Amino acid sequence: MRHIISLLMENESGALSRVAGLFSARGYNIESLTVAPTEDATLSRMTIVTRGSDDVIEQITKQLNKLVDVVKVQDLSDGSHIERELMLVKVRASGDLREEMKRMADIFRGRIIDVSDKTYTVELTGPGSKLDAFLQAIDPAAILETVRTGASGIGRGDRIMKI
Amino acid sequence: MADMELTGAEIVCSCLRDEGVKHVFGYPGGAVLNIYDEIYKQTAFEHILVRHEQAAVHAADAYARCTGQVGVAIVTSGPGATNAVTGIATAYMDSIPMVVISGQVPTAAIGQDAFQEVDTVGITRPCVKHNFLVKDVRDLASTIKKAFYIAATGRPGPVLVDVPKDITQHSCVYEYPKSVSMRSYNPTSKGHAGQIKKAAQMLLEAKRPMIYTGGGVVLGNAAPQVTELVRLLGYPATSTLMGLGGYPAPDPLFLGMLGMHGTIEANMAMQHCDVLLAVGARFDDRVIGNPKHFAKEARRIIHIDVDPSSISKRVRVDVPIVGEVAQVVDEMLKQIKASKEKPDQTALKAWWTQIELWRAQDCMKYDRESGKIKPQYVIEKLYEVTGGQAYVTSDVGQHQMWAAQYYPFDQPRRWINSGGLGTMGFGLPAAMGVQMAFPDAAVACITGEGSIQMNIQELSTCKEWKLPIKVILLNNGYLGMVRQWQEFFYEERYAESYMTSLPDFVKLAEAYGHVGIQVEKPEDVEPALRDAFGKYKDRLVFINFLTDPRENVFPMIPAGKGLSEMILV
Repeated sequence: MRHIISLLMENESGALSRVAGLFSARGYNIESLTVAPTEDATLSRMTIVTRGSDDVIEQITKQLNKLVDVVKVQDLSDGSHIERELMLVKVRASGDLREEMKRMADIFRGRIIDVSDKTYTVELTGPGSKLDAFLQAIDPAAILETVRTGASGIGRGDRIMKI
Repeated sequence: MADMELTGAEIVCSCLRDEGVKHVFGYPGGAVLNIYDEIYKQTAFEHILVRHEQAAVHAADAYARCTGQVGVAIVTSGPGATNAVTGIATAYMDSIPMVVISGQVPTAAIGQDAFQEVDTVGITRPCVKHNFLVKDVRDLASTIKKAFYIAATGRPGPVLVDVPKDITQHSCVYEYPKSVSMRSYNPTSKGHAGQIKKAAQMLLEAKRPMIYTGGGVVLGNAAPQVTELVRLLGYPATSTLMGLGGYPAPDPLFLGMLGMHGTIEANMAMQHCDVLLAVGARFDDRVIGNPKHFAKEARRIIHIDVDPSSISKRVRVDVPIVGEVAQVVDEMLKQIKASKEKPDQTALKAWWTQIELWRAQDCMKYDRESGKIKPQYVIEKLYEVTGGQAYVTSDVGQHQMWAAQYYPFDQPRRWINSGGLGTMGFGLPAAMGVQMAFPDAAVACITGEGSIQMNIQELSTCKEWKLPIKVILLNNGYLGMVRQWQEFFYEERYAESYMTSLPDFVKLAEAYGHVGIQVEKPEDVEPALRDAFGKYKDRLVFINFLTDPRENVFPMIPAGKGLSEMILV
């Protein structure tokens, strides 16, 4: 099953490699991993999307908690949560495609943030499935380049992860 | 005075002094020259110069295992650090509290492929509990304090502090922190009271109980509590390789070691119990074999461990209790004593009758009439000659298993071996660590001709420090455990497991200034041991026992099989 795990860790050099190393050493898979400092510069917030049986996910959270730099771990999938991912897509936008791409970007509530004679760069935010849907909706031959950040997640309502 | 500044090198030594360190094992080199200059000037601790960094780390590791204190090793950058890695990984696998201080190239040179530069923090990351690179001399003392704290608390483990050379030259005001507080590291010490109560109840209701203890009992100083619990209940107990000595092995309630080379009675009782209490043990592959085949009968498991990630990792458990084993078992004892319920004596009697039937198969018997020196016999004699009171270190292989099987340890911290990583070359440096901690104790290093050659250079360190270690070499001319697997599972194709061109070990021992003895006949075994521990009490004695090359370790459970699928002699 797919799980989205959030963690707060000390913003120390090498902290990311401890997490990445743990996943590779123990054979856990990482679908995506995002990390950046929080409003408290001494803390980093990381979101990891992974897949595994319940036993594997239990081990992953335990092993993450065991890392000395990790302050808090939460499996967001345990409750209701929101996840968003940002994607930048550079698409072909010449001739007939120019109007078509504008329309598709609008339908998906994307924004065109860079324009050239032959291309648009579209910024799109949403759950991963929405980004996938956009890529499927347009002509594959028109896609020149895609960059995705991987998911960031947060609990809904009063569900807060803080120290 | 209060504001006097110390250099980083002085700070390293001051921290070790203030931490109460008495012995440091190490090897100098360019990046740690400043530290060594300060070691030269101080008197708070002794530095033991080894002949290879791996040995420094093993010695510090064994020092920790036998004393319960944090072991300390110092190595230089680059090859010093990489040589230390095997030792660090060994300590990590067995959860040994240790601090390793490694030199690093100056901060400005890091990343420049400088001479003797290696990414030590990166290389050691997967085999330490934690590691640090010190980038500011003002962080040095607090980092070393944290290192000792992390190493010794929770599930113990090695912690490495990488110190660039310029940091050892910079200076700042020295103050050693009195305590450590880390928001990201707060190991659980007290077990959950409700869970303990539930566990006590479950234990009292058991019809076929079993108590399985591991290295955590030794590391957590819980041997007295566990011993009291087993005796109070009258339940059968077994121990892993790492837990030996946690319960007195000569006691009839003890069924011997379990696992791949465990006794029939221990393994069968594990398979057929209805309530299993696991204390500081982690159900690893050498202990329970294939988890799919483990205890298929309906049974409930109580698991006490200080590390939550050890619980339900390989086997699902019913009552997990996270906490320090001594505290948890203490609390459990209180609950059991206060309870009106008592163990079901009728059921217990029937269970013991069954266990005694398994025990009667006498799985540890071996041929005593062969006229050859049987390795088991050597260990039995060693036990007799030392009155069971020696510190026994071992290397890895058949001799290690025979030592575990035929030397019944009756107290913790006497059996020092590399269980998790299985590091050949551990035994001799480990014996050095033990002998440094206990200069007057009898210390035996049980080894094979393969293992001993992996750190044989340490005979020189032993000479320098006049360490009266007794090297018990069970020389069968083979990498015995490899040979055994090849005999059983590779149709006797003995690929690269035969050791030709062995040195003359007697002359070798003498070359290093020690006493060498060769024993070729069974009747000479005991006299040689008596000489070693009597006439040559104060000398290192290296005894080369030429043992039966065909002897195998029994019982044996092939890898991947269940605990009931034993191969017997």
